[in-house]
Amino acid sequence: MTTRPVRFYQVGSFAVGNRLLEDGDRTVQSDLNRANSIDSGHRACQGCGEALGARYALDAAMRATNGQMVAVNATGCLEVFSTPYPETSWRIAWLHSLFGNAPAVATGVSAAMRVKGKPEVRVVAQAGDGGTVDIGFGCLSGMFERNDDVLFICYDNEGYMNTGVQRSAATPPAARTATTDAVGPEPGNAFGQGKDLPRLAMAHDIAYVATATVADLHDLEAKVERAMQFRGARYLHILVPCPLGWGSASDDTIHIARLAKETGLFPVFEAEYGKVTSVSHIRRRTPVEEYLSIQRRYAHLFGKKPRTEVIARIQAIADRNIERYGLITDETVGATREVTA
Amino acid sequence: MLRQIEGSRAVAETVALCRPEVVCAYPISPQTHIIEAVGVMVKSGELAPCEFINVESEFAAMSVAIGASAAGARAYTATSSQGLLFMMEAVYNAAGLGLPIVMTLANRAIGAPINIWNDHSDAMAVRDAGWIQLFAETNQEAADLHVQAFRLAEELSVPVMVCMDGFILTHAVEGVDMLDQSTVDAFLPPYEPRQVLDPDSPVSIGAMVGPEAFEEVRYLAHLRQLDALDRIPVIAAAFEEATGRRSGGLLSTYRTDDAETIVVALGSVLGTIKDAVDIRREAGERIGVVGITSFRPFPFQAVRDVLCGARQVVVIEKAFSIGFGGVLATDLSLALHGTDCTLRSVVAGLGGRSITRLALEDLFATAARGQLEALTFLDLDHGVVERERERMMATRRSGPSAENILRDLKAPRRVGAKEKS
Repeated sequence: MTTRPVRFYQVGSFAVGNRLLEDGDRTVQSDLNRANSIDSGHRACQGCGEALGARYALDAAMRATNGQMVAVNATGCLEVFSTPYPETSWRIAWLHSLFGNAPAVATGVSAAMRVKGKPEVRVVAQAGDGGTVDIGFGCLSGMFERNDDVLFICYDNEGYMNTGVQRSAATPPAARTATTDAVGPEPGNAFGQGKDLPRLAMAHDIAYVATATVADLHDLEAKVERAMQFRGARYLHILVPCPLGWGSASDDTIHIARLAKETGLFPVFEAEYGKVTSVSHIRRRTPVEEYLSIQRRYAHLFGKKPRTEVIARIQAIADRNIERYGLITDETVGATREVTA
Repeated sequence: MLRQIEGSRAVAETVALCRPEVVCAYPISPQTHIIEAVGVMVKSGELAPCEFINVESEFAAMSVAIGASAAGARAYTATSSQGLLFMMEAVYNAAGLGLPIVMTLANRAIGAPINIWNDHSDAMAVRDAGWIQLFAETNQEAADLHVQAFRLAEELSVPVMVCMDGFILTHAVEGVDMLDQSTVDAFLPPYEPRQVLDPDSPVSIGAMVGPEAFEEVRYLAHLRQLDALDRIPVIAAAFEEATGRRSGGLLSTYRTDDAETIVVALGSVLGTIKDAVDIRREAGERIGVVGITSFRPFPFQAVRDVLCGARQVVVIEKAFSIGFGGVLATDLSLALHGTDCTLRSVVAGLGGRSITRLALEDLFATAARGQLEALTFLDLDHGVVERERERMMATRRSGPSAENILRDLKAPRRVGAKEKS
């Protein structure tokens, strides 16, 4: 049998068209029989990273479960833009209860499926970063430590965007939000605060924790499929740029998500039972300025007198991530995505 | 079978007979014995298939129940006081979603000052949440009401809260005629939800509803509660037929036929009230008692029918709306609107203060003389209150009064403690 290496033509993105891949490696989205879990007609903003992430994640989960799946949704953008009365964008069994209780509601659904003799029905819970790292954290930690059979997905857009862009514990340092305005001697969000949810999830020793971005949707799908191979609590943290909250162009969503990964500000990795098992290496090391300067939430760093010392502190965060996860290796440039078996 | 049994145990064993499928548990006094006992039965396998989930908060307890119920499982939990308030958002949500969850509320005061003893502040705090609230007078009734509660909840798709007085009932050991499995099975059919989370016929549950339909949704919830006013007596009658025992219903009456004065109350204090009424009856007073079993929905017509012949109605309740007055009394004043009946509101037993038969006899004597004020606080220590008022007048400062009052009382039982001024 002869093999032929796949050649990646789209040099700028490193993405590869499905046409060039074997059937088994093609994306769920390229499949005509995909679930279309969240269908067209919803009211998300143009360029919404969350709508994109949810579509890929849930369709992948639907394929992995043969359609035997229930989704639980926390209050937030995703819930609001998908179910404006009397319409719904959801073509799957979907339940919304409250802002802070999605993990516990998912536990209840999962328990009900077991007692009803339907253990094949799997549960995916989803929330934004507010519903995950802040108001939902108590319920999430409880769900993790009990090891309930739930995949929890956080769509992280680094703030409370639905209520008008306020700071959450996932808002990065220096970012301007409505509650961390770009005023005063230290404009934007404070340094030295915030929660690193993937690491907190790993500290619960749950079966699977992974991060992903909407820049690498193939990787995102693969991680959802991997997550569904485990029973028990699992956590997927997806970076989803928000044009509204980040002050970015709506056609820059993918670009910004990629830069978040390529700068090291958002490490993309997988962990099993508390140990990192794979990382997505940086292919082209990028200074954080490239990421920051195209988002208005950081505009105060790039005025007439650039705040180089603040930018340097953000670069230091990226550098620490690169070191912590080994995001750069000798073979980094040109590396291919590792598909987990 | 008649057994000498703790109230909590009686409730736990009765809930078990109802074949719950998901039970979520978080400890809080005085409810804890109930979920402990259910937990043992689930863990031993006795209740299979049933999932017992040790959650991390009451908010999670109700949330797990919401998920389980929406997915078609019969869900149960129990709580008290602060726990109920901590799950408040989910309590409203369960009702809004029309999920027939049954919850025991072991009534307890709400802090601050922290207090673990019985009153009805917790139940009153959620009276507008859309749950049916049934109050048990005895442990027998508490046990029986749970069986009726599941049937009522599932017939109407409305959650039901069975309120029983913390410690006074939950921790009291007394004779309870326990039901058997076949009786409960015959009375309570398996839960068949109208709408359920099912991947094979997907629906969206919990969607956003705007001004164009929200009022209709709320009004329909109100109508369903009014439907409950019809269903509660029917279910109580069916229960009586199945067990030979009267339990539940909208309200209970005691010696009201010719009564000029009728005392109205909720829960276990009705027993003491009946004793005091018996003594007053012996002295020739025409006095009777009405116990409200269904507080929500409030049985306006039934209450009006039974009270309208009386000259005076004395409401004794273990809760009040601060800055206003009695809660049950307010409901009753509406029910009595347009009658000649005088309403007297008495707040009693807050934070577990004993309501004694002697205090009630005095109260009824005062009422009989026509000297009871519109709003009375039973057994209030006016000396303590006045001293604290004087202090507040003398030095203007913020902060809690509880600590000052404790100093006044000088904690008489703490022998040997150094006195501080």
